[in-house]
Amino acid sequence: MNNTVKNAIGREIPLFIEGIGKLKAFQGAYNNMPEGLKHGTKLTRAFKGGEKCLWDLKDSLKKCGIKDGMTLSFHHHFRNGDFLVNQVIDEVAKMGIKDITIFASSLQGVHKPLIEHIKNGVVTGIETSGIRGELGEAITKDHILKKPVIIRSHGGRPRAIAAGDSKIDIAFLAAPAADRYGNVNGVEGPTACGSMGYAMADAEYAEKVVVVTDYLVDYPATPVSIPQTLVDYVVKVEKIGDPTGIVSGATRITKNPLELMIAEEASKAVIASGLVKEGFSFQAGTGGPSLAVAHFLRKKMVQDGIKGSFAAGGTTGYLVDMLNEGLFKTLLDVQCFDLKAVESIKTNPNHVEMSADFYANPHNKGCVANQLDIMILSATEIDVDFNVNVITGSNGVIMGASGGHSDTAAGAKLSIVVAPLLRGRLPIIVDEVTTVITPGETIDAVVTERGVAVNPARKELEDQFRAAGLNVMSIEELKAMAEKLTGKPERINTSGEIVGLVEYRDGTIIDVIRRVVE
Amino acid sequence: MRSLRRTMLFVPANNPNMMVNAVVFRPDAIIFDLEDAIALREKDSARDLLVEALKTVDYEGIEILVRVNPLYTPFGETDVRELVKAGLRNIRLPMTETKEDIEKLDALLWELEKENDIEPGSVKILGAIETAKGVINAPGIATASTRMVGISFGAEDFTRTIGAERSKGGQELFVARSQIVLAAAAAGIDAIDTVFADVEDIEGFRREVESAKALGFAGKSVIHPSQIPVVHDVFTPTMEEVEKALRVMQAIEDAEKRGLGVISLDGKMVDAPVVARAAKVVRLAKGAKIL
Amino acid sequence: MENKGIGQAGSLESNDLIVTVNLMVGEELDIELESTVKEKFGKQILRVVKETLEEQEITKGHIKIVDKGALDFAVRARVKTAVKRAQGRDI
Repeated sequence: MNNTVKNAIGREIPLFIEGIGKLKAFQGAYNNMPEGLKHGTKLTRAFKGGEKCLWDLKDSLKKCGIKDGMTLSFHHHFRNGDFLVNQVIDEVAKMGIKDITIFASSLQGVHKPLIEHIKNGVVTGIETSGIRGELGEAITKDHILKKPVIIRSHGGRPRAIAAGDSKIDIAFLAAPAADRYGNVNGVEGPTACGSMGYAMADAEYAEKVVVVTDYLVDYPATPVSIPQTLVDYVVKVEKIGDPTGIVSGATRITKNPLELMIAEEASKAVIASGLVKEGFSFQAGTGGPSLAVAHFLRKKMVQDGIKGSFAAGGTTGYLVDMLNEGLFKTLLDVQCFDLKAVESIKTNPNHVEMSADFYANPHNKGCVANQLDIMILSATEIDVDFNVNVITGSNGVIMGASGGHSDTAAGAKLSIVVAPLLRGRLPIIVDEVTTVITPGETIDAVVTERGVAVNPARKELEDQFRAAGLNVMSIEELKAMAEKLTGKPERINTSGEIVGLVEYRDGTIIDVIRRVVE
Repeated sequence: MRSLRRTMLFVPANNPNMMVNAVVFRPDAIIFDLEDAIALREKDSARDLLVEALKTVDYEGIEILVRVNPLYTPFGETDVRELVKAGLRNIRLPMTETKEDIEKLDALLWELEKENDIEPGSVKILGAIETAKGVINAPGIATASTRMVGISFGAEDFTRTIGAERSKGGQELFVARSQIVLAAAAAGIDAIDTVFADVEDIEGFRREVESAKALGFAGKSVIHPSQIPVVHDVFTPTMEEVEKALRVMQAIEDAEKRGLGVISLDGKMVDAPVVARAAKVVRLAKGAKIL
Repeated sequence: MENKGIGQAGSLESNDLIVTVNLMVGEELDIELESTVKEKFGKQILRVVKETLEEQEITKGHIKIVDKGALDFAVRARVKTAVKRAQGRDI
């Protein structure tokens, strides 16, 4: 058995994992000092003319010198409509290559075929923000992957790339539109996804960069999201994604009265904090009550004539409307969630594409998350220490994504979790979350339909909330209220086997995910 | 103190989720529905579900009513029997057309109270008037039992029974609504206005609530949580009204202290209706949490 | 009152469950549980089901629960209704 240490939030962390190496335990959200130099790639040169277009993926793999043990990177802008991960790994498997690490910004239900590739030894490592669907289940329950999957936040990923913690051998970039010389944008073609924010660090730091598109345009493909200067090869394939899985029509505000009520309470809390004023900045998750908070703030902004500085993160048509109404000066967009957002980023100069590094990397010289006033977050579970889980479900299985959760919580002046007190029978507030993604020290308050709990470290916030007439109580009281309805939940049965490592944005290990057994 | 009945939220008794979460929306009362919202073959399951909910869920002081099936159906009496046994203390009787309808329920309740060792007369009745005949008989219904706490108006069935269409202006309802307010006022109980079906039309709903308040209704039956804040807002007294009411209450207190029979304020006599009105404003102000 | 032996109640909406009872089979109680919250509340659900069956004086039969996160009160109610229906007491 490995040596372990208790990290700053009391989780047992191994000091070493075979195949991954030494680990550093989480020391607190702001305590880990980065060291050393940025990772570098080899110098290259190109001549006049020059042809980057290749016939197919196999050709590109050969030209990039694919061999056993390499790390291949992918972005998740195509979400559940992505074809590329499966296409590339199928090809790798056919070539008899083994021991590949998939370094993806996230993985979705559509990536289920990876299960077979893992079982066959083609894929032996996965580093990602999240995993949805059967792949997560197979990893957590069946322990199919040799090395634990490494879960990173959207800011932690570009940090890991720049630090050389993860060295990308070949980056495969699914491109909605590209020219023959490798310029890429996300706003044209059948798979237009808008911002290409999650692909940028890969392009910059990978040893080889292959752009894959089904929509080749005349040179130069402008606007340029990923420039030709970083791209080795371009491959045109028949289809790189399913548009219906990429973006939805238009994201609407929830109609669920309970979620609306939570959002309205959260907006009251945000207003009570005094942060909603001229030039403020804001970000909200897209799910359920989170986006609806924007809806209630919009009312307040219109009523009081307040104009914000920027809204950030994943972008929806709802934020686009607010931009167009002049309620925000700028949208800083790392990922578009609907067609309206895609159209806006294409045409509106105030709707700005940003990289994941620019958005959330803690180890550069300043990310957008640090400029946030207000962050509205969701949660699968939150514990009495305010630690938040968004990665594993009630059964302990990996089903969600770390995303920008811990990055924005750490950066924003005010970070508020909004969640229904009960999801079905599951209480949201628990003694100890199954898996910690975001440490409680970076969470200020949790707003539910039955009450608001403030982190005891934020006494002044509690006073402001009380003065505004919010139903403030301790998080223990909220938990008791939930358990009175649901009963006390049992603990999930896990074995000692570690199937996942949760890396905090600064590269330290904040938690491990253990194999779930019946 | 008389309880407020500004909003009575209908919740179908076959929806376990809403049966637990309805309290969150803080209506003044919740009406669990066993009648129109429940299909014939699910009457038993909805009743069982409600019985268990009443036994275990904490409704945090919100008044709970159940719209039982009419007693002339095969379900009505069983509804009343099982629910009263499970702790129900307020029954909303649908399709009340005559005082005899109330008397039948009244008799059943005396029997059940005795059987289950419940304080006699503690189970209350709200009669729902939904037909022309019921409207005509409203005064008799309102006084048919000492258990009566209110009568409510149901416009959908009513318009059908008079052969009219329901209009946005609501002129076809005017006489009936007034008749119900009058009957309730004379009996000293609450008049509750009809539901408004178009949950998307919040502005239209607000206008109807304003007219209900102007006519003298104590509140409104609502079918969606989003309607609750609108009603509460309309029924919130102005600060001037509240201040005036408080002065009246103060004057009563002073007069009582000094043993005066006649109460006067600003040189005018404060009589019973003025006192009643002031008490109502204070109740509404407390309900709206502005006092 | 016709004793059909088989009864079902509930729905697959969130916070609800479907209970199917067959009182005509087996020598003892055979309870099959499928639940979206089995890992966290499986034992509790089974306990409530058994308690409710006991109150209904059911000692044998096959009971199938498909649960979508129902609270105890709904579990009790659905079991009761399913049993009553199986016994032909479904008014």
